Amino acid sequence: MENNAISCKDLTKKFGDFYAVNKISFDVAKGEIFGFLGANGAGKTTAMRILCGLSFPSAGQATVAGFDVYKQQESIKKNIGYMSQKFSLYENLSILENIEFFGGVYGVSRKDIKERSAKLIDDLGLQNEAKTMVGELPLGWKQKLAFSVAIFHRPEIVFLDEPTGGVDPITRRQFWDMIYEAAASGITIFVTTHYMDEAEYCNRISVMVDGRVEALDTPANLKKQFSAKTMNDVFYQLARGAKRSGE
Amino acid sequence: MISVSLQHISKTYNKGSVHAVEDASFEVNNGELFGLIGPDGAGKTSIFRILTTVLLADSGHATVGGYDVVKDYQAIRNRIGYMPGKFSLYQDLTIQENLDFFATVFGTTVEANYDLIKDIYDQIEPFKNRRAGKLSGGMKQKLALCCALIHKPEVLLLDEPTTGVDAVSRKEFWDILKKLKQQGITILVSTPYMDEANLCERIALIQKGKIMSVNTPQNIIASYPVKLFAVKSADIYRLLKDLRGNSQIESCYAFGEFLHVTVRDSSEDGATVLKEIITREGHQDFVIEVITPTIEDNFIRMMNTVADKATGITAH
Repeated sequence: MENNAISCKDLTKKFGDFYAVNKISFDVAKGEIFGFLGANGAGKTTAMRILCGLSFPSAGQATVAGFDVYKQQESIKKNIGYMSQKFSLYENLSILENIEFFGGVYGVSRKDIKERSAKLIDDLGLQNEAKTMVGELPLGWKQKLAFSVAIFHRPEIVFLDEPTGGVDPITRRQFWDMIYEAAASGITIFVTTHYMDEAEYCNRISVMVDGRVEALDTPANLKKQFSAKTMNDVFYQLARGAKRSGE
Repeated sequence: MISVSLQHISKTYNKGSVHAVEDASFEVNNGELFGLIGPDGAGKTSIFRILTTVLLADSGHATVGGYDVVKDYQAIRNRIGYMPGKFSLYQDLTIQENLDFFATVFGTTVEANYDLIKDIYDQIEPFKNRRAGKLSGGMKQKLALCCALIHKPEVLLLDEPTTGVDAVSRKEFWDILKKLKQQGITILVSTPYMDEANLCERIALIQKGKIMSVNTPQNIIASYPVKLFAVKSADIYRLLKDLRGNSQIESCYAFGEFLHVTVRDSSEDGATVLKEIITREGHQDFVIEVITPTIEDNFIRMMNTVADKATGITAH
């Protein structure tokens, strides 16, 4: 267990009679890039909310960065990073202000914020834009910056919810270069995407259908298991039978 | 017959500081399924808003169904069905009420054109008394399409109908579009998903407000100017870095389980060059194949060419 960044056993979330998440079990190893796939309404968002310490499960167990999802939600929040396509940065704060704000919220010391933000702005090549409002940046830059901010406090795990939606193909790949780099530095990546080619970039993938994890393996093994040429085929075979179609 | 025509359309925002659309021209034939392919911020929505007569271009000229978007805007509004990227039905009305409302606004009834929507409506009919705001993404999308179709438009303008929708629902949606096309409706559809380009008869690739190419997907693919290789090895991330760091490699980027690579010197056999590099760097279990490029490969190459001209640097 020590080597697992995330560990779930029979994790369940019920809303009334409705099993949004139905007994899911999996482990994510430290430093792994784990793709969390599923059709709309399969239960991905609900499961992610539990793992991020934002919602209590109805049954089952899970630990994230070694902390219990029932009892140690606050410790989980401190030790993870999160970004999504929808919300990540404050549009009417500058790049530098966003970095300082999120660094501060996560308890990074002033000295570290100063050092790391200078390096970060250098690495992203944003020296001339440091004082630009985030709302004025092109989407691709925003997303790259949002990812950098999400891992600024050096979390053990970063949760990425459709981070590359609508982003151009070159920026999408630059984004994945950043993911690889973060993983190589030891950060565990938990990522959802609708781009099936991106599923191939993950070490392992789980596919949720109607609240359950119906498949979990490396992309190569999944393709073998489903006699499929691409991850798109694998996904289609699994999700085609889904009865639910939610948000 | 030309159904939709754009001639040198430009549109700026913020007093000319943001170039949303720059000198864009393309034509959509009657009955054609035409795709406008590009990422967020490329200018797709501005083009849709100009064609639907809700936004004025700074310059240029556009027609829909033979009508001018400025002078004949009323005629156009009666002849088009428009599905904006953002869900824009009445959240507090039920499925049935929304549909009735849109039919009435266009001076028709749901019954009069029921044939056209039947296949789609059947899938949401069990929930007809549910408020639109309470529907799932896939159902909202189907309802929006029904509402856009209910007055039997000549031209259907669909702005990113499949964004954020899972792969299965996306496929269903494209099957519906194919059927609508068979009924003679002209369809202009935009998408950021490059793989959907192949489902269109012709496409325009758009990036940063500029149309980079207009052609059939097959012709765009055939126009790829060099050999494209797919390579992989046991350690693909190291392979990516090794190839990118090599001066003989022109471009190298991740593409699904493979890397897509082009070699700088076309006089030599690319496969041999690649094999030498990969062996020298000590990679295990490697695969090198010549492949047919996808639309996405073409898009990346065109983007890089534009970037080269503009700034002298490539994105990779």
